[in-house]
Amino acid sequence: MEPVEVIEGSVSVLDRADVDTDQIIPKQFLKRVERTGFGEFLFYDWIRDGEIELEPNPILVTGRNFGGGSSREHAPWALQDFGFDAIIAPSFADIFYSNCMKVGLLPVILGEEHVRGVAEAGAARIDLDDQTVDYAGGVVRFDIDEDTKHRLRHGLDDIGVTLRDVGAIDAFEAAGKADHGPSTGAL
Amino acid sequence: MSSPRTLFDKIWEAHTVADGLIYIDLHLVHEVTSPQAFDGLRLEGRTVRRPDKTVATADHNVPTDGTPVARMIADELSRKQVETLERNCEEFGVPIFSLGSDRQGIVHVIGPELGLSQPGLTIVCGDSHTSTHGAFGALAFGIGTSEVEHVLATQCLVQKRPKTMRINYSGELGAGVAAKDLILATIGRLGTGGMAGHAVEYAGETIRGLTMENRMTICNMTIEGGGRAGMIAPDETTFEWIEGRPAAPGDFDAAVANWRELPSDEGAEFDTAVEVDAAAISPMVTWGTTPGQVVQVTDAVPEPHDEVQERALRYMALEPGTPMQDVRLDRVFIGSCTNSRIQDLREAASVVQGRRVAASVNAMVVPGSAQVKAAAEAEGLDEVFRAAGFDWRSAGCSMCLGMNPDILSEGERCASTSNRNFEGRQGKGGRTHLVSPKMAAVAAIEGRFVDIREWEGI
Repeated sequence: MEPVEVIEGSVSVLDRADVDTDQIIPKQFLKRVERTGFGEFLFYDWIRDGEIELEPNPILVTGRNFGGGSSREHAPWALQDFGFDAIIAPSFADIFYSNCMKVGLLPVILGEEHVRGVAEAGAARIDLDDQTVDYAGGVVRFDIDEDTKHRLRHGLDDIGVTLRDVGAIDAFEAAGKADHGPSTGAL
Repeated sequence: MSSPRTLFDKIWEAHTVADGLIYIDLHLVHEVTSPQAFDGLRLEGRTVRRPDKTVATADHNVPTDGTPVARMIADELSRKQVETLERNCEEFGVPIFSLGSDRQGIVHVIGPELGLSQPGLTIVCGDSHTSTHGAFGALAFGIGTSEVEHVLATQCLVQKRPKTMRINYSGELGAGVAAKDLILATIGRLGTGGMAGHAVEYAGETIRGLTMENRMTICNMTIEGGGRAGMIAPDETTFEWIEGRPAAPGDFDAAVANWRELPSDEGAEFDTAVEVDAAAISPMVTWGTTPGQVVQVTDAVPEPHDEVQERALRYMALEPGTPMQDVRLDRVFIGSCTNSRIQDLREAASVVQGRRVAASVNAMVVPGSAQVKAAAEAEGLDEVFRAAGFDWRSAGCSMCLGMNPDILSEGERCASTSNRNFEGRQGKGGRTHLVSPKMAAVAAIEGRFVDIREWEGI
């Protein structure tokens, strides 16, 4: 994963609430076994039907509860592959938010008025270290979990980080704490 | 003395390996969200840490026409994805019930059916409806593909502790009112983001009176309310379901003794508490393009209050003020991880017996697993459905998400027992109304929605 520091540039606006991952990347494109190449299918039906137009700017600004429904990580892959590095919205669905963090697509939660402000300004500068969004309407701070921020800033691989602590997992298993569940091998 | 703890607290604490790292007892894998995860392992030279806590099946894109093995799947990309899953499982030593196995089926149907889904476990799967397994008093939730890879490699997951919510139901569900109606009414009240950030415990006398199938339907749709996980405390109903199943604990009594310690303690505190009068719930039908856009079957299509609702009405081609019971249907789908278990099929069959599907309707029944299909056929349910004009299919996710040949055509209107009525979910331009299995079956016969409580056939 590429380290995330500053994301700066024009914004694309998708002025809709409750956009689910079935819209972001429709199911017929989930059959690829690779992680790449999903960008051209982003919002496939909406773009093909001429309902929306989107430029591949660094920042996408959109409505509340973005990314609900299916847990498909193909949604952040498609957004990233299309060209977005960050998404600004009043709120995100839980699994989508987590998936974005895993792939280095920065989800930024701002209040409704600031989201509208950034959309109108047309450009913004997001500084992950400072946790700020700087746009024509001012500088506004956003929240992010400290561990996740550290991982994003250094482009760390989650599995690598966890395996540094593999002794804790070994100890957990050795203490019998993992023994109460079923064995799938016995089926 | 320690302070009272919730069911969630107990499971979370028993699985904490390190700060922010929890151990996973059961990892369910399917063909759509796993290929990139296995690839990631190969790239880094990693192995699956606990294949004995992992199991795979093919469900999302398998055809339901009885195709016997992966290599005979007609669609090239689907075939490749299922064959890739089979190869990955062989290479990494993961047990798999693929197409053709008598244990194949929707991942959230086979986990419980095999007795793998047990109280007190942490269960994950690269699928948002993993919340289903919470019906057994487990902490179960959906994850993304990067997390699938993480669990394969480490058997652990990096997780922030969610908030807790208890939804307490009182009163008895009325005749003809199903678990599906209970959860649709709950989501209608709280909104599609109403449970966001929370592990939700469904509690109260109403829940205690429900079967495991009913409980699974409720926990399944937690994600449609935005919840991280849905849970129900284990009780005698839970224990009876698990006993005798292939993966049930060897020393069953000892396991039950432990499971009895799991329910939330008296006085345990939840971050959010909600009270629902279950007796006041009616049969429900969604009118829009999110599960929260739902009304009672006796209601009319509502007036839109904002652009989101206006758009939903346009997509659904509905006029405000139209009684829901005047809405005519083209298709009926009975199936999905929400409502494809044997009890669901029995309920649907009970209203179908001796009747015919309306001439204008194309109706299908898709059992959730090969085992459900066999059980239904042993009871003769397949004959009941077939005689009425339903198409009787083989196990898979089918028309719930349209990743396989079972899809709606542009403009078709469908009564569906599945979980999502999103735009295009069941096929581009398709219009989905979510209902319970009985409501779907009656809708197939009448060609429109009817209030099952008033229906002459009952």
